[in-house]
Amino acid sequence: MRANFVASEVSSGIRRNLTMTMAVVITVAVSLGLFGASMLVRAQVSTMKDFWYDKVEVSIFLCGKGSDTPSCAGGPVTKAQRDQIKADLEFLKPLVDSVYYESQAEAFARFQEQFKNSPIVDNVKPTALPESFRVKLSDPTKYDVVASAFSGRPGIEQVNDQRKILDKFFRLLGGLQLIALLIALSMLVVTVLLIVNTMRVAAFSRRRETSIMRLVGASNFYIQLPFLLEAAVAAGIGAILAVVGLVFVKIIVIDQVLAPSFQFTAFVGWDAVLAIAPLMILVGVGLAAIAAFFTLRKYLRV
Amino acid sequence: MILFDGVTKLYANQERPALDEVSLEIEKGEFVFLVGPSGSGKSTFLRLVLREERPTKGQVWVAGKELNRLSNWKIPALRRQIGTVFQDFRLLPNKTVAENVAFALEVIGKPASHIRKVVPEVLEVVGLEGKEERRPDELSGGEQQRVAIARAFVNRPILLIADEPTGNLDPGTSVGIMKLLDRINQLGTTVVMSTHDQAIVDQMRRRVIELEGGHVVRDQSRGVYGYAR
Repeated sequence: MRANFVASEVSSGIRRNLTMTMAVVITVAVSLGLFGASMLVRAQVSTMKDFWYDKVEVSIFLCGKGSDTPSCAGGPVTKAQRDQIKADLEFLKPLVDSVYYESQAEAFARFQEQFKNSPIVDNVKPTALPESFRVKLSDPTKYDVVASAFSGRPGIEQVNDQRKILDKFFRLLGGLQLIALLIALSMLVVTVLLIVNTMRVAAFSRRRETSIMRLVGASNFYIQLPFLLEAAVAAGIGAILAVVGLVFVKIIVIDQVLAPSFQFTAFVGWDAVLAIAPLMILVGVGLAAIAAFFTLRKYLRV
Repeated sequence: MILFDGVTKLYANQERPALDEVSLEIEKGEFVFLVGPSGSGKSTFLRLVLREERPTKGQVWVAGKELNRLSNWKIPALRRQIGTVFQDFRLLPNKTVAENVAFALEVIGKPASHIRKVVPEVLEVVGLEGKEERRPDELSGGEQQRVAIARAFVNRPILLIADEPTGNLDPGTSVGIMKLLDRINQLGTTVVMSTHDQAIVDQMRRRVIELEGGHVVRDQSRGVYGYAR
């Protein structure tokens, strides 16, 4: 094996076929970039799930003056009812991790804080807000246990699971990720087809060389290696560009734009980027090698 | 060196076989002319020896190997023992004379030191010393064919296949090429040459195998091109 001979064959092959090679580089970069982006969205969803599921609570709103659900027919919640609910909640340990009682005054203070820049604050009186129990579950997926035990009980207006609201949001993100992944997959198919065609053109433009190589007894491996390496180099460059793009997304879009504007949630860290980057390179080079291998079997036989 | 045993080659989509039950033997060190009209089966014969085609029926032995039983990955090893020269030279236009010859060694993985040593040697054998850095388009047809012969011979093959090597050359130049092939034959390489060139065959007085319609119609040692021409 003569390494510098193969290297010079590869570089001359790439130069001769420069436009096609560039097309391969760009398609690989774009399709792998999309692939990486969809992986990043997935990592983001799971980061947010970890972050939020830790914080979500089940809210048990108690009947107030204006409540009109059937369970509130007996008027505002009584002290006895409230104490009984609290005792029952404590009874549900260890599923119930902690219980926090929020009075109407506290609810109003929190409301004022949340909407301090909005004129709505002036129109809401403290008594309009219900008192509630904030229940934190050790396993947030077992919401139904609490819901079935408490909803509809006299004195309780409503049992709310914050997870449900989050789930809607996560489903949206999951849908976006799926779309990105589908686009990425179809782009990867396009990439494979383009590599196949590029190899075909390369094999055709070098048919003199390869026919002489066959005649003088060069091995199949030796004849095909420059083509395989060309495809791998082009795909490798494309993959590196895609990774650079991913790093830019992390630095610019996530760390400098999204994170400062949305401080209430966590964003994916560098560990996710580090996990996705090698995968992207592997997928890119692997696809190119597979595409080239099958093309060459067809067009460069002994 | 070469043994054809009842070899028939029928190409797809053709009714008449290109070779029909051909049996013949070529000994080591022989110089053999393969003559006959176009379509008589000369090229098919040579392609079978190079294992570019497989026979439909019969056995082809080259250098002690039965080619039907030769697995694909061993074909390169077979071809390294065979040099090939064609009517159209088949040189790489963007490489110099020396690079064209060196190419044949590079692609079979010979070390650079070996290449630096043998390329000037073989260029001297074919009479191209001093023209190492020329490109094929700066050479005459005869010189280009000498480059092709140098490339075929640089690996010291035991068999040289020449498919109408003088077909594109004028008679004077052809004589020079024939002298070169004769010299290579005297160095121990078996030479099989297909040709239409009557003058050359008559002059050389070597074994002549004549094909017609896929059959061997004449096999003569020290023969001439044809009887009554």
